[in-house]
Amino acid sequence: MDFYLGLLQIIGVHTILGLSAYVVMLTGQLSLAQAGFFAIGAYVAGMLTVLAGFHIVPAMLVGALLAGVMAFIVGFPALRVKGLMLVIATLAFGEFVRLFFFNFDYQISKGGISVGPLGGEGFRQIRFFPENGWTSLDVMLFVWAVVITVMAALWWMDRSRAGAVLRAVGEDELAAQSAGINLTVVKVAAMTAGGFIAGLGGAIYAHYTTHIEHLNFGVILATFAIAYPILGGLSNVFGTLVAVIFIQGVLVEGLRFMGDWRNLLFGALIVLAMNVRPRGLFDERVTALLKGLFTGRGHART
Amino acid sequence: MLALKSLSKHFGGVRAVDGLDMEVGKGEIFGLIGPNGSGKSTTVNLICGVFPVTAGEIRFEDRDITRAAPHVCLAAGIARTFQNIRLFGHLSVWQNLWVAQNGMADRRTSGFLHRWFAGSGRARADVERLLEFAGLGGKAEELAANLSFGEQRRLELARALAAKPTMLLLDEPAAGMNMEEVAQLRERLMALRDDGKTILLVEHVMELVMGVTDRIAVLNFGQKIAEGTPEEIQNDPLVREAYLGAPQSAGDGHA
Repeated sequence: MDFYLGLLQIIGVHTILGLSAYVVMLTGQLSLAQAGFFAIGAYVAGMLTVLAGFHIVPAMLVGALLAGVMAFIVGFPALRVKGLMLVIATLAFGEFVRLFFFNFDYQISKGGISVGPLGGEGFRQIRFFPENGWTSLDVMLFVWAVVITVMAALWWMDRSRAGAVLRAVGEDELAAQSAGINLTVVKVAAMTAGGFIAGLGGAIYAHYTTHIEHLNFGVILATFAIAYPILGGLSNVFGTLVAVIFIQGVLVEGLRFMGDWRNLLFGALIVLAMNVRPRGLFDERVTALLKGLFTGRGHART
Repeated sequence: MLALKSLSKHFGGVRAVDGLDMEVGKGEIFGLIGPNGSGKSTTVNLICGVFPVTAGEIRFEDRDITRAAPHVCLAAGIARTFQNIRLFGHLSVWQNLWVAQNGMADRRTSGFLHRWFAGSGRARADVERLLEFAGLGGKAEELAANLSFGEQRRLELARALAAKPTMLLLDEPAAGMNMEEVAQLRERLMALRDDGKTILLVEHVMELVMGVTDRIAVLNFGQKIAEGTPEEIQNDPLVREAYLGAPQSAGDGHA
């Protein structure tokens, strides 16, 4: 039972991470910095609960806010470049964050033992949940409450003019500009929102694993973050959720007997998906088809 | 209304636009014609801030917009269409307009939350009216990419209008259209002029240009070689030469 609760927590956190990349990807940008924002949320929230005695909720919000602020600051210079150059720039930022935490020591003594981040040793004993008597079920429910909140917010944003504007920028930047859209504002806003959401995910992650280190936040995690919306498509937020369930639930957990060969399969899957379904598993056609199915009207547009 | 003062754009050694002076009056339909590569599209792109200007000045309603970015030009009241259609293909027809409605008029009258996060309710009435005008009634929910070529051209015009501009820059709106569609476009342009819009029309289709414009400027090699009413332009020897070659070999061609 605990295995499945743990799996649900992983799926929840990775969904949040994937959605953080989804927002940025709507504007046509590919960001490999999401693992960095995730790390900021994880370390900041962990330090707040462990060192300053915060409750998880305010700690999570502060961590996410700081990640959002970093994304805002990084967004301005990074979004001046496009395509492959942006991938490299955001990758560099992600590594910068990781190496920062590799070198970051800040320990205080609490009840005779030292707690806090300790460079390469990592940040141990982030024990807010066990100390406050949360069961695995409580933690899982908390994770999914956050997941559902983020998904609902993005669902609503998608249906407002902001969603249409983000997608317009992703489709054709010059046309969007000519329709009166300030590209810098829109892209930096998407980046900031993405940083905030990634920070939320990181904060929760730090608390259910109770031990984080810089290696958790490397390129692999950044790749996972963009793989979910690429695989799930950008039609709506559920594509990302389905992709996470598939990758984390089926590929990573189901194929555990294959050991590290799974990563090879993961890479192959991304390449395959980009070729066979360039707009994701859930592109406009499939979405319309499903919509028709659920509303009982069969007139799916193609 | 729109004034270009010795406007120049050089791409390396190529003088795409070279010392262009032009003035479009309020409420006018002003034609901009010239052979391929004469600098018409470049001029449109300079006005809209797509390319940085090499030299010269652009003024719109007594405001200097020489260095304004495209979205700033739109906010000032200039909307455009593209020679090669640029729609948001994976958005629905009405969403294409919705995006552009965030232009100038709304910006002044409504708050941040309303502009970005309100649902589509109030915007929808405006959209329906524009789609009706563009002959796209009933197509609101289609994906823009699934429209026919002619419909896409009309949607682009509707999207430009959605921002409630005072001036329209139309870059070859009749390209690829049949005679019937050109006639419809002509009627739409007349209706827009009656509505008080100023229009700069870049066009190769002479039936449209000669039938609808008040004045015409002719470009060749980035320079203005003639300006006047449609009749004056049709009888201008320099214009005939630019289009048809030197007089002795041209015969009795119509420009």
